[in-house]
Amino acid sequence: MNKVIEMRGIVKNYQMGELEVRALRGIDLEIVSGEFVAIMGASGSGKSTLMNIIGCLDVHSEGEYYLDGENIQDMEADDFAEIRNVKIGFVFQGFNLLARTTALENVELPLLYNKSVKMREVVTKAEAALKLVGLGDRMDHDPSQLSGGQQQRVAIARALVNNPALILADEPTGNLDSRTSVEVMKLFQDLNDKGITIVLVTHERDIAEYAQRKVVLKDGHKIEDSPITKRRIAATDLQNIPEEG
Amino acid sequence: MRLLVLLKIALKSILKNKMRSFLTSLGIIIGVCSVIVMVGVGQGSQQKIEDSISSLGTNLILVFPNYSRVGGVTSSRSSRQSLKADDPQYLAENGEFILAASGSIRSRQQVVGGDSNWNTEVEGVDPGYLTIKSWAIESGTFFTERDNKSKKKVCVLGKTVADALFPNTDAVGQRLRIGNKPFMIIGVLTEKGETAMGNDQDDIILAPTKTVLTRLRGRDYLNQIYVSAINEDAIEAAQAEVTYLLQQKHGIEAGEADDFIVRTQTEITDMASETSKTLTLLLAAIAGVSLVVGGIGIMNIMLVSVTERTREIGIRLAIGARSNDVLRQFLYEAITLSLAGGFLGIMLAFGISSFMNRFTEINTVINPQIVMVAALFSGAVGIFFGYYPARKAARLNPIDALRYE
Ligand SMILES: Nc1ncnc2c1ncn2[C@@H]1O[C@H](COP(=O)(O)OP(=O)(O)O)[C@@H](O)[C@H]1O
Ligand SMILES: [Mg+2]
Repeated sequence: MNKVIEMRGIVKNYQMGELEVRALRGIDLEIVSGEFVAIMGASGSGKSTLMNIIGCLDVHSEGEYYLDGENIQDMEADDFAEIRNVKIGFVFQGFNLLARTTALENVELPLLYNKSVKMREVVTKAEAALKLVGLGDRMDHDPSQLSGGQQQRVAIARALVNNPALILADEPTGNLDSRTSVEVMKLFQDLNDKGITIVLVTHERDIAEYAQRKVVLKDGHKIEDSPITKRRIAATDLQNIPEEG
Repeated sequence: MRLLVLLKIALKSILKNKMRSFLTSLGIIIGVCSVIVMVGVGQGSQQKIEDSISSLGTNLILVFPNYSRVGGVTSSRSSRQSLKADDPQYLAENGEFILAASGSIRSRQQVVGGDSNWNTEVEGVDPGYLTIKSWAIESGTFFTERDNKSKKKVCVLGKTVADALFPNTDAVGQRLRIGNKPFMIIGVLTEKGETAMGNDQDDIILAPTKTVLTRLRGRDYLNQIYVSAINEDAIEAAQAEVTYLLQQKHGIEAGEADDFIVRTQTEITDMASETSKTLTLLLAAIAGVSLVVGGIGIMNIMLVSVTERTREIGIRLAIGARSNDVLRQFLYEAITLSLAGGFLGIMLAFGISSFMNRFTEINTVINPQIVMVAALFSGAVGIFFGYYPARKAARLNPIDALRYE
């Protein structure tokens, strides 16, 4: 199995005026292709920081980080942009959709920034991604006309529209009720079954149990890295949760 | 990223905020519009002057009384009364390079003839006037030097006046009263039409100089003298001749100041255009300032917009926009706004200028070059004032931008 992510002694310090915040204090982490990893830990333990570094949104202070075998140190800003565009899909807690922009247009965005996608493919690809997340009938709705769960599914469609190898989700269920959370987890499990590597940040134990492996952080250290023993299957769970409304 | 895609993105976000976009462009709209209209007004007045000068006649030399003050005192030689009624005839008879000469004394008069009233310009001229103006008589005759000498109350009507006063009958042989003095109409002029600026040249009555001076005005000096040189090459020679002959006739010794000024048509046109060019430039400068102010308006709104849209920028960066893409997106937005503003400004300028031409005395001439310059300039304003906000947007760090509330 090839290593998608390989980290050695990653340290991240934030300078807050005089004060130095040590968000990550030496993280070693390997994630191979096709894994579904949950990163857990209390608030402020460094989960988001680690996620941003994995996703090339931020750069680490010390240590070595190889993404798909390539050293991040050797890359430039535009390379990061291309990685974020093609290799990685992001899903955020707050959805981060463009307001007053339809679901379809939101999903089209990563395609527009992708040089290898032809203009005439843009709409069909975006439509296909929206159908995949079950929003084929909501394509011309604005985010304000969609429920939280639907918005998050638009965000997931946007994350996977460029066929990334890796999806990074930072507390994707943090703003959702329990049933919608499980629906979103089902989507992730489906995508994972298709071979996409998924790294998911959550502080909810039951959400983490949909992953295959959990990594626990505390105060910037990795304190646990173990397989999930009793993995939950979202499809099964959904049948046991009654639909609301 | 592809230009078209970025343009589309820029256009979308402009249309998403129609009111804000309009207000942003407003400065450019007003700026471009005022540049075009102002220059149009300047050039309109310039053309009007050139037009009225060139409609005066061919190979023309003009003589004005010299009443400029020398050392604060109006010298005896310098007088507004220096051009006398028999000066034109003297020039015509003695000048080798002079084809014809005519005095001119103009005034607006109320005339009564047929059954109607008419307010028109009455100009006292000499028989040579028709030659100078290359004008002709349509019916009847023009007055002679004998009519002039004997101050006969005869006149010749322009086509417009003839049609207005005697719509159904032949004006020739009819009588008419100019300022309560009875005149005999001996001829009607051919139609000369309007000048390029729309002045009706046929709305005029011509009468002998001496008749007008004595019977209508009660004075003995002319406003000016028209002289026509025998041909274009002889204009300068004729100018020298006029100077010499008038010095002789007015008894001016060598070294004394002339009591008249001799100008060729070209000299007058040049002087007049010089003045109105300065005016045009001044107007353009004022309008240009408002265009720059409009540009600052764009920069101001773009800066606010970058701050307001920090999160959007963060999202774009997170999904793969390069900082150059963000830079260009905002730059294209600014350019599109200012170009659209420029376009609307041009439209508005056309509207205002045609309104002014139709409903006011001010004539404007819209110069295609100025329209081009204004359009290009508004694009340049967009680039210049859009660059700084766009660069600010492009330099945002993705995480900080995403976290921005
Ligand atoms: N941009 C930043 N500047 C300063 N400190 C930061 C910044 N981002 C995160 N931190 C600090 O780093 C630590 C880890 O933050 P974070 O990774 O967001 O935690 P988590 O996502 O696990 O709640 C916290 O103490 C937080 O205050
Ligand atoms: Mg976090």
